[in-house]
Amino acid sequence: MTDTTRKAARPAAPTAPAGPTPPSAARRTRRWRGVTPWLFLIGPLVLLIAFTYAPIVNMVAYSFTDWDGVSPELHYTGAENYAELFTRPELFEVFLVSGYYLAASVVQIAAALYFATVLSFNVRFRNFFKGVLFFPYLINGVAIGFVFLYFFQDGGTLDAILSLFGYDGDRAWLGTPASANVSLAGVSVWRYMGLNFVLFLGAIQSIPGELYEAAELDGANRWQQFRHIIAPGIRPVLSLSVILSVSGSLSVFEIPYIMTGGATGTETFVIQTVKLAFQFNKTGLASAAAVVLLLIILAVTWVQRRLVPDDKVDLV
Amino acid sequence: MNRRTVLALAVGAALLASGCTGTGGTSKGADADAPDDPAKVDGTITVLTHRTDLVQDGTMKKYAAEFNKTYPKVKVEFEGLTDYEGEVKIRMNTENYGDVLMIPAVIEKKDYPKFFASLGTQAERGKKYRFTDYTTVDGKVYGQSPLGVVPGFVYNKKVWNAAGVTDWPTTPAEFLDDLEAIKSKSDAVPYYTNFKDMWPLTQWTNVNGSVGCDTQATTRLAESNPWAQGADLRVGDTLLHDIVRRQLIEKDPTTTNWEASKPKLAKGEIATMWLGSWAIVQMQDAAKQAGTDPADIGFMPFPAQKNGTFCAVTSPDYQQAVNVNSDHKAAARAWIDWFTDKSGYADANLALSPLKDGPLPDVLKPYEEAGVKLLDIDDTKGAEVKSIDNQSEVGIYKPDYRQELVDLARGARKGSLDDFLTGLGEKWTEAQKNLGS
Repeated sequence: MTDTTRKAARPAAPTAPAGPTPPSAARRTRRWRGVTPWLFLIGPLVLLIAFTYAPIVNMVAYSFTDWDGVSPELHYTGAENYAELFTRPELFEVFLVSGYYLAASVVQIAAALYFATVLSFNVRFRNFFKGVLFFPYLINGVAIGFVFLYFFQDGGTLDAILSLFGYDGDRAWLGTPASANVSLAGVSVWRYMGLNFVLFLGAIQSIPGELYEAAELDGANRWQQFRHIIAPGIRPVLSLSVILSVSGSLSVFEIPYIMTGGATGTETFVIQTVKLAFQFNKTGLASAAAVVLLLIILAVTWVQRRLVPDDKVDLV
Repeated sequence: MNRRTVLALAVGAALLASGCTGTGGTSKGADADAPDDPAKVDGTITVLTHRTDLVQDGTMKKYAAEFNKTYPKVKVEFEGLTDYEGEVKIRMNTENYGDVLMIPAVIEKKDYPKFFASLGTQAERGKKYRFTDYTTVDGKVYGQSPLGVVPGFVYNKKVWNAAGVTDWPTTPAEFLDDLEAIKSKSDAVPYYTNFKDMWPLTQWTNVNGSVGCDTQATTRLAESNPWAQGADLRVGDTLLHDIVRRQLIEKDPTTTNWEASKPKLAKGEIATMWLGSWAIVQMQDAAKQAGTDPADIGFMPFPAQKNGTFCAVTSPDYQQAVNVNSDHKAAARAWIDWFTDKSGYADANLALSPLKDGPLPDVLKPYEEAGVKLLDIDDTKGAEVKSIDNQSEVGIYKPDYRQELVDLARGARKGSLDDFLTGLGEKWTEAQKNLGS
């Protein structure tokens, strides 16, 4: 990096006093002007290629091999990994678990929308509530996993709170597949609602205030304001949130991996991929699974954009 | 060529270059010979270890100081890795993975000569040391475990005695009855699964060999169905299933806690756990901390007898090996020899000595008195078992299938035990066929 800046600086110095030969100097200046933006871009581009695209290309390359993750030898096996993946339907059954998270993300978006709308109006302790709602998103996912492990444990926080209200449900929250998945999806709502909330709040606050005033003069109530001003105003952000939550629920990982490790029917596609790669040393197959997940998410996003095109919103 | 094409080509070339990261460099077949004169060996060696606790509390430094009395010119440095397997696996893609390291479980046996320097021939080392066949490739030994462990149930003697059980159960049925007695006569959890922490469940694979009392147990894993009627793993897994089915376990297995389970066993809140002799020290420490009597911690073999005697298999811990790329192989070899023969590491861990003629540790004295037969299992086919295990995705050394087994037994998963074990057997034998062809 230091090298490139030095190179850029050196020719820049002689250009100024090089008055006597104007044509070549001008050409040189022009050439350097063309190169300058690229010199500035080298840093980010190198980082982007080295840490984002190169690993992906590597992964795609590994998906065509039988590499086990350590062995110095790897053999090219063609599309064998993909063939194996698609002839083993049980590998895709785990997507059913994503259904829980998808349902949870509907709840999550609805709740975030509700809170964002309410807090966009003048409410007492507005900033305090904003902080409270956004706070969980700032906590490290691993920490959340551990916290909620104690929360759901037998005689843990949840049981203690419930017994305060006289409800002595003697149940293992992570004990059955349905209960475990609902509990985990609940944790994920708790964690990510703050992000949706902030996105919505930002979008709502960018709607000009005169619109509300005008609506109020026309006698519109709060629901009508929401329905006709806020909802259309935040549509692009809303559709972004939906895309994020769909792809998020297809690739859930952190919370179930830390809390249950995929036991009791909580295994997601990503957990399964990690297990293939690091437990059974099938790095090639796992890479193929990762590529397939990437393609599925791209496809889902594409379909979604087709169904709900991103129109320009014009409120006025 | 316009600017965009140039950029695209450049990016493409960069990506291709990175895509071709071949892992080359297969230096092969180096030997790490034992030095003749201790005074002449020199160099700084790095020892990678999973015992971060011993590195932090200075125990390893004490070993190094002791080692320096014999080998004054060798400087030993330690690197404790918390996620040992994960980190070393990645480092082994380079040449820089210490001078002495524990062989990670993920490395395939056939690759040992590419990564490690040989310590000698099996014919020669096998006379003196246990577990040599675990790391033998083509007659050469590549690693040496500094201690041996014996699987068994760690139990609280007080609780068992209070329930009226004084003799070790000799059949799974008897064991279950004893657990029932504990359940009815005390508040203790008869058996604790450690379901959430997962790895304690993998210990159940060590049942293999104890039931049939067969030194060829590993070979049989490689050649037949481990879940056939009467096979060792089926007996072990059925016992685990029955314990759970009869509700002789903790109330909520999904939120168990290994660290918390130790004082609970020491205090008698938990009666039994299937672990290994290595766990006794930890339980005794927990007892000292909890203010209870460490002598209450008992250890018993798997409830099965062959011709009236119990059998317990011995198994190695991590095997220490010399990095094939090390510049100080003599010093590294000296460390391994010293650590295995003279350090007293096995004694300190109340473990089985890696020397064939070493005395039994105190914790295994009850075994000696009860006439429990210690079996050194032949591991010639160990590598094959590992590849069948990975290929079939059954994972006998992984927690997943036993978690499913526990879920099945407590009704959180549909199906019958028979179907479940048959399914495992089918996956296993299919992988055997695929690998055999």
